[in-house]
Amino acid sequence: MPIEVNGKTLETDEEGYLANINDWEPGVADVMAKEDDLELTTEHWDIINFLREYYEEYQIAPAVRVLTKAVGKKLGKDKGNSKYLYGLFPYGPGKQACRYAGLPKPTGCV
Amino acid sequence: MAKADFKVPELQEFIEVPLLEEGTMAHSHPFHSKPDFQEPLGYPGELVENWEEKAIEKMGDLLGKYRSFQVFLDSCVKCGACTDKCHYYLSTKDPKNMPVGRQDLLRKVYRRYFTLPGKYFPKLVGAVDLTKDVLDDWYSYFHQCSQCRRCSVFCPYGIDTAEISMAAREIMDSIGVGQKYCNEIIAKVYKIGNNLGLPGPALADTLEGLEEDVYDETGVEVKYPLDQKGADILVVTPSADFFAEPHVDGLIGYGKVFHEAGVSWTLSSKASEAANFGMFIGSYENMRRISLRIREAALELGVKRIVMGECGHAWRVAYSFLNTLAGPFDFLDPNYPVPQHILEFTYNEIQKGTLKLDKSANDDKVLTFHDSCNVARASRMGPKPGGQFEIPRAVIKAVCNNFVDMDADTIQEKSFCCGGGGGLLTDDLMELRVKGAQPRVTALKNAMDDSGVTHMAAVCAICKSQFTKVLPYYGLDMDQIVSVHQLVSEAIILTGQKSDEDEDGEDED
Repeated sequence: MPIEVNGKTLETDEEGYLANINDWEPGVADVMAKEDDLELTTEHWDIINFLREYYEEYQIAPAVRVLTKAVGKKLGKDKGNSKYLYGLFPYGPGKQACRYAGLPKPTGCV
Repeated sequence: MAKADFKVPELQEFIEVPLLEEGTMAHSHPFHSKPDFQEPLGYPGELVENWEEKAIEKMGDLLGKYRSFQVFLDSCVKCGACTDKCHYYLSTKDPKNMPVGRQDLLRKVYRRYFTLPGKYFPKLVGAVDLTKDVLDDWYSYFHQCSQCRRCSVFCPYGIDTAEISMAAREIMDSIGVGQKYCNEIIAKVYKIGNNLGLPGPALADTLEGLEEDVYDETGVEVKYPLDQKGADILVVTPSADFFAEPHVDGLIGYGKVFHEAGVSWTLSSKASEAANFGMFIGSYENMRRISLRIREAALELGVKRIVMGECGHAWRVAYSFLNTLAGPFDFLDPNYPVPQHILEFTYNEIQKGTLKLDKSANDDKVLTFHDSCNVARASRMGPKPGGQFEIPRAVIKAVCNNFVDMDADTIQEKSFCCGGGGGLLTDDLMELRVKGAQPRVTALKNAMDDSGVTHMAAVCAICKSQFTKVLPYYGLDMDQIVSVHQLVSEAIILTGQKSDEDEDGEDED
């Protein structure tokens, strides 16, 4: 199921994750969000950008607690929790937000 | 919660045995594995040319190796005791999800190639050739068994459908038909060390974060050590404990218990996974390779004991098979069980009185306990039979004032599976997972309505993730599922901990 982003055709796997992380550009998140009927706000972008920065350093998505803590520090304690993240990304911050950010899907018992 | 594109079953007052409806789940099958995930496990990348022949050859090989497999295929008398015991049958009405129906998918092929009447009079004994349609049916329905073994408890011959499912998956893998979820994960364990693919530096960063959090909350420096040579205890826990919620709250609890017990312990980046998906795909070879990482880590770190974290099937592999898979463990301290469960450790500390516990910290909850299949039906804890039922409950009762069990037909050895075990915890099987949870959720909902239960505790990473995902489909809250050691963590008062008055009631949820 390839996706069209700014005139380019990008390969994805059967679950809609980018086949090649280096193909990512901001337009990828916009296109994927559109398919989910989701409008990306600056709050969404804060999360997506954090995921990408963390991945660049550690080659893995951050643990939920690492993510909520970072969000809490940046946006205020009331937002540093899973409920806030699920509000933004109803399919789950780990899975939906990672997909938008071009990261591979977290696997395992999660 | 995501929108469901299937009909979520309505919860009934009782768990009802439904009328049969053929083929309701014939469409359900997980994504196929790719060559990249097959080959590191020693399997062909795709369906091999002479697959019929190879599959029968593999079945013969398994029949020769595992006497139980042949006995299970020969001994069924179609008494019907198992028919209404599978959570997937109860919630999908599909007769191929009756344990005997599932077994027969393989049994009918076994009869055709391995029994005299099946070779000469196949129609008389319900024997069939292995065709592509049969193989597709196998792929679908052997990935609708969570290998929970509830049916085997009720079978008068003790036929274990889980073992038949495992054999079917091993046969399919051997001809190049693998399941993406399990095989991608096993390949990741070989490459990086755990199911999630968490590299050492990410692990260290996550653990450092936990130390900060516990210090901020309690004012006590509780350590979460990684790769510390010379520590007494190696803790092997599912990688979900580092990553997901409520799992990580349990890991925080383990650290607090070790801290108060005054023992030295460490996690390992090499053995950073307790889970062993080799069991789900019925592969002795892969199960062994995964287990050996624990042995290697224990030797390299020079530990004296091994303690396993909250993970259901890991405890089955550890308790029942670790010694033959990766033993002998004669280099460990013989005064302790090899391995030991974290609950056994905590229970012992509670008995010794080393932990200062304030039960009232959990007074905002009324707890019940979900017996995870592999702990309940495939292992034990402590020195006495039934310890795997008693010890988790004793620990919960030591840290909580309010505990109520669910309906007796749905707990302990009769426990209903969460619906996501056995290598099925993947989004491409979400319909099956949601439906399969129905019997357990029915019992939980009844306990909520009748006894005011608010939370359900579990000791398995799969159960925790599965309930977090599926409870909202039934109108329940995702954080109603908690780790047992999360409750311990809440109640424990660390030596030197700042008192409640110093805090302003901040809570992470």
